[in-house]
Amino acid sequence: MGRYVLRRLLQMIPVFIGATLLIFLMVNVMGDPVAGLCGERACDPATAAALRREFGLDKPLWQQYLTYMAKVFTGDFGTAFNGQPVTELMATAFPVTVRLTVVAIVFEIVIGVTLGVVTGLKRGRPADTAVLLATLVVISVPTFVTGLMLQLLLGIKWHWIRPSVRYGTLDELIVPGLVLASVSLAYVTRLTRTSIAENKRSDYVRTAIAKGLPRHRVITRHLLRNSLIPVVTFIGTDIGALMGGAIVTERIFNIHGVGYQLYQGILRQNTQTVVGFVTVLVLVFLVANLLVDLLYAVLDPRIRYA
Amino acid sequence: MRDQPQQPEGAIAGTGMGGAMDLGASEAVTLERTPGGPAGTGPAGRPRSLWSDAWRDLRRNPVFLLSALVILFLVFISLWPSAIASGSPLTCDLAKAQDGAAPGAPFGYDGQGCNVYTRTVYGARASVTVGLCATLGVALLGSVLGGLAGYFGGVWDSVLSRVTDIFFAIPVVLGGLVLLSVVTSNTVWPVVGFMVLLGWPQISRIARGAVITAKQNDYVQAARALGASDSRILLRHIAPNAVAPVIVVATIALGTYIALEATLSYLGVGLKPPSVSWGIDISAASPYIRNAPHALLWPAGALALTVLAFIMLGDAVRDALDPKLR
Repeated sequence: MGRYVLRRLLQMIPVFIGATLLIFLMVNVMGDPVAGLCGERACDPATAAALRREFGLDKPLWQQYLTYMAKVFTGDFGTAFNGQPVTELMATAFPVTVRLTVVAIVFEIVIGVTLGVVTGLKRGRPADTAVLLATLVVISVPTFVTGLMLQLLLGIKWHWIRPSVRYGTLDELIVPGLVLASVSLAYVTRLTRTSIAENKRSDYVRTAIAKGLPRHRVITRHLLRNSLIPVVTFIGTDIGALMGGAIVTERIFNIHGVGYQLYQGILRQNTQTVVGFVTVLVLVFLVANLLVDLLYAVLDPRIRYA
Repeated sequence: MRDQPQQPEGAIAGTGMGGAMDLGASEAVTLERTPGGPAGTGPAGRPRSLWSDAWRDLRRNPVFLLSALVILFLVFISLWPSAIASGSPLTCDLAKAQDGAAPGAPFGYDGQGCNVYTRTVYGARASVTVGLCATLGVALLGSVLGGLAGYFGGVWDSVLSRVTDIFFAIPVVLGGLVLLSVVTSNTVWPVVGFMVLLGWPQISRIARGAVITAKQNDYVQAARALGASDSRILLRHIAPNAVAPVIVVATIALGTYIALEATLSYLGVGLKPPSVSWGIDISAASPYIRNAPHALLWPAGALALTVLAFIMLGDAVRDALDPKLR
């Protein structure tokens, strides 16, 4: 187990370096970071040169990347061009997005798994077909359309929620969380359904029924425990995707989280903000993947990592 | 010991819209033909291939017929939008802004007084073009890179696997925002290019797996024993047997690329006005959502229907090509 964790940690290093380098190159090559500083007008050449020197932008790119990464590992993510430290931005943005992601994952687990179990057990019945069709529709409608629709109906027509989030408290994030979760929720439903339907015919379930176990015990102890393994994998890998994918949801509901800061950072060509936030997101993604693989061994005793 | 969890088929493969373009689902499509070959004889005594079997299944599948009909209609209106919509999508009359349905404008007018019906019809072209071109590019690049890595193995295979890992770690919408925010071009090509750049790892993983499965078959050994060259083995023996999963994933991905184009246009970095795209229209209509929801509902409905059609088509094709379901 220890050796496996070590190997996985080592494997994470090139992916981490590659992903951050890629985004670093994208941000730096695609735009002139100084150009965003002087507003709509072009910068005065002398000012631009001074700014470049100040931020170290006159050095070659690889040197900039190394300097940047060295600083990141000491906890210094640099300053945004407005003078605010990027870590300060992160401290306000990440809690909101983490809350939003937690709401989304709770929705995935509660609604997705429940629907999946019900439809998996009743495969081929009308309820199953209806839920399957519904998941197809949810997968097909882009998130920003779902979000705008719910905002229109619940927020503007029926006044159930405020159309725009103010403080980012949990109760305000219920509907945005549902929107963020919607597509993954449909996947979780389909995945659970397939998994349950497959395992329902397995020998150990027949044995459990033959032993005379009550139905709910067969389902929760035998069927569910074996069927949820792929679902756990999916949800785990989804954590990183949800946090990075919150840009659209946060824009619709005006939530000042990671997506909002990234969007602002990209529009204003605020290199340090963008690279800093992406670095953290990539780390979250990698760690979540690692945890899922380890959780796998706990859930499925057949798997033993050497 | 399993590093990568095997995912049961059934979840739609390849539609990850979130950060990782497609993670677990890449394992979902493992269509391999049994080594013995399914070339049994049909009732009429004619040999049947996987493809003719699949085609027979598809012709009877109402889901396939319905989605194919919708897609044909979409292709038709993207080629000849003027056939069903009169006027230009760019002629707008501010006096009519946010008006409801009127003769000649069954969907009403948007915030700028443009005819929503005309704009919705003309918007199909951008979506279909982006979807088709991006899918073609992704499928070609991904299957060539993945196929070669799977066939030759070795160092390049490991390098490619690590590179795909890197691409999976970058959230798609985020990459799109960064790369496309500085593009000022008005055409669909930057968007297509971006999708190919970030989409190929998904296909390359599938193609690599399919090629590895196919190259272990006896007929490949036989071909090699007969002295066939690598290129001949790859093109004549492996490619026809490894292309099915790529087709399935690519079809479903087509739907998600259309959705992605609209999402990027909604965020203001995809297509830009005066291009006509559903994403642009939805974005422009969202401030007026209180007074003129119709300007948002029609393009949004058209977008959802289009994506749904492609995803259902991919689902039907997967069911037809998967011998395990027979």
